[in-house]
Amino acid sequence: MNGAAAILKALEMQGVDLIFGHPGGTIMPTYDALYDSPIRHVLVRHEQAGVHAATAYARASGRVGVCMATSGPGALNLVTGLQDALMDSTPVIALTGNVPQALIGTDAFQEADVVGITQPVTKHNIQVRNVNDIPRIIAEAFYIASTGRPGPVLIDFPKDVQQAEFTGTFDVEVDLPGYKPTFKGHPRQIERALEALQKAEKPILMVGGGAQNAAQEIMVFAEKSGIPVIPTLMGLGAFPGTHPQCLGMPGMHGSVAANRAIHHADTILAIGLRFDDRVTGKVSRFAPNAHTIIHVDIDPAEIGKLVKTAIPVVGDAKWVAAELAKGAKKLNISKWWGQLEDWKTKHPFAWKPKPHLQSQEVIQAFWEATRGKAIVTSGVGQHQMFAAQFYKFDAPRSWINSGGLGTMGVGLPFAIGAALARPGELVIDFDGDGSFQMTLQELATLKKLDLNVKIVILNNGFLGMVRQWQDLFHARRYSEVYLADSNPDFAKLAEAYGIKGITLTDKARLHETVKEVLAHPGPVLLEARVYHEEGVFPMIPSGGAAEDMIIENPRETVAGD
Amino acid sequence: MRHLVSVLVQDNPGVLQRIAGLIARRGFNIESLAVGRTHQPGLSRISLVVSGDDAVLEQVEKQLNRLIEVIKVTDHAEPHVERELALVKVGIAGMEERLEVKDIAEAFRARIVDVARKSIIFELTGDSTKVNNFVEALRPYGLLEVMRTGAVGMSRGEQVLKVREKKAV
Repeated sequence: MNGAAAILKALEMQGVDLIFGHPGGTIMPTYDALYDSPIRHVLVRHEQAGVHAATAYARASGRVGVCMATSGPGALNLVTGLQDALMDSTPVIALTGNVPQALIGTDAFQEADVVGITQPVTKHNIQVRNVNDIPRIIAEAFYIASTGRPGPVLIDFPKDVQQAEFTGTFDVEVDLPGYKPTFKGHPRQIERALEALQKAEKPILMVGGGAQNAAQEIMVFAEKSGIPVIPTLMGLGAFPGTHPQCLGMPGMHGSVAANRAIHHADTILAIGLRFDDRVTGKVSRFAPNAHTIIHVDIDPAEIGKLVKTAIPVVGDAKWVAAELAKGAKKLNISKWWGQLEDWKTKHPFAWKPKPHLQSQEVIQAFWEATRGKAIVTSGVGQHQMFAAQFYKFDAPRSWINSGGLGTMGVGLPFAIGAALARPGELVIDFDGDGSFQMTLQELATLKKLDLNVKIVILNNGFLGMVRQWQDLFHARRYSEVYLADSNPDFAKLAEAYGIKGITLTDKARLHETVKEVLAHPGPVLLEARVYHEEGVFPMIPSGGAAEDMIIENPRETVAGD
Repeated sequence: MRHLVSVLVQDNPGVLQRIAGLIARRGFNIESLAVGRTHQPGLSRISLVVSGDDAVLEQVEKQLNRLIEVIKVTDHAEPHVERELALVKVGIAGMEERLEVKDIAEAFRARIVDVARKSIIFELTGDSTKVNNFVEALRPYGLLEVMRTGAVGMSRGEQVLKVREKKAV
């Protein structure tokens, strides 16, 4: 057995059955071994899509996603996706080929310092220099990626290591003296948290992406205590969006109720979130009345990083939430709820009816038609925020988007990864005309796999989010955001790849078109031509606070439509 | 405030780059960094001097702890021994100056390690303040070269930085 075969055997032992990748010179021995391996390989058309697909595979399944690339340019194409996975704490293993060890450092063909370059974008990375280390390093990589705060791990295999004869053992133990994540939260701290909540008059529970595996426990805790719940963009689905205790997401484009609740709350219990600036706004003005912030996170470095924490609990969200649920008592907060209900009723996510088709109503129509039973992915931009606002996520792992890095182009590869992770389920990618064009070559991958993925391009002919900021903060100087004069005919583009394409322009045909899209077996691309100057509201301007929230589009309020 | 932080690491290839990169990337203000092997095979020890308030220090320690190869991090707030080695080359114009700088060196307990017609190299160990003072005392005579190692440190008494079995899950 050579090193390449040992790599695949070791991956198999970790339970890997699928790799997203693209071959090239230095990873060829492993592709050769793949020919005889039971592991399935999905050929993406660009390595960036491979790492994104692996990310979505991990997020949708709760398992580890695996991607593979060749040295130099292939490996460098993973960088964006690795940082994306790092920011959103996703367990991904990236395998890269490298030039033979004798050529390392000589500026050889397709050589790059991949380990050096990917150090800041991975949880850990390593180059294998001895063929017999392969099983141990792979086992360690999976352990590191999937435990503690999950994250991407890159393993670099010089070509000669893949070709060398393997004489080692697969019977390996993971021994990392510097890595022993804390799983169980401190019981006294959990007790203190429960005491603080009991005393609170205006408590809230915020749940983030780290709570996706703790949905059941959080539900028990929330229902026992009656606490209002605010899932962040990454936490959507960790608590059902349609539940009466849900206030919607917070932050820059969050709900009025959620942002005002945070502003007025005296006690905040935060589980598995990192107080991103898109959530907090100006951090010095975040939650000014909260004398007690209880922060549950498995990564000690997140606690106290941005907001002052009164009660830190280092531990796994699922474990801690279960303990909280055990000790939870009904909170006496009816007055607080009166206020919250008022905000919820007066300011739901809404849009003004227009003669043209609007993104919000397209998303709403898909939510109604699917009754929320779909895995939804998105690109990055206005359509992403509209999807977060108008598709109500009731199940964990049903909303896969790029929260931390805000990576345009993730929608389609995310959809492919999610569809492969959960066969038989419907996947909808709400995408933007700008975002979609960053990875549209993956239509080929989708065609080949014939997955039940519905791509819904909300085409407003602009880089919509940038245009919105230019509208509000740059005196409507629309610098380099206009796409409509050179966008492709998206439906024809899909047809060129052999995928069903539909164009929707007529508002009256919305519901029948949604039905048509959903009824078609296999992939469909729907291009919905939507109102071109829509804004996402509410909005807290960058660097602002909850009090600075713009609830409605000021342009429309002042000038009418 | 200035803090001396000791970090025990697995001495895998690239570990120093990882630490230096993290410090730079997170925007921590680092004054010096010194690294060397320990008595245990496979383990190196790094001494970092960082400046910042308690919150900065806490983040430095927590971020360092996130690195897989970092085994233990300690901030030496307790009584500790701190040393830096400096080599200082001073230009000498004449006999009178030569005697003067020798007097200064004696006061600081610096050793002469090289003497040439127009220069002397002194070797000095001490904490950073002592080295600073020595360099300043010699500055009027014409410093030709100053080479400092950065501070290294160790807690006094029985407290040691060692591989400790962290509480597993």
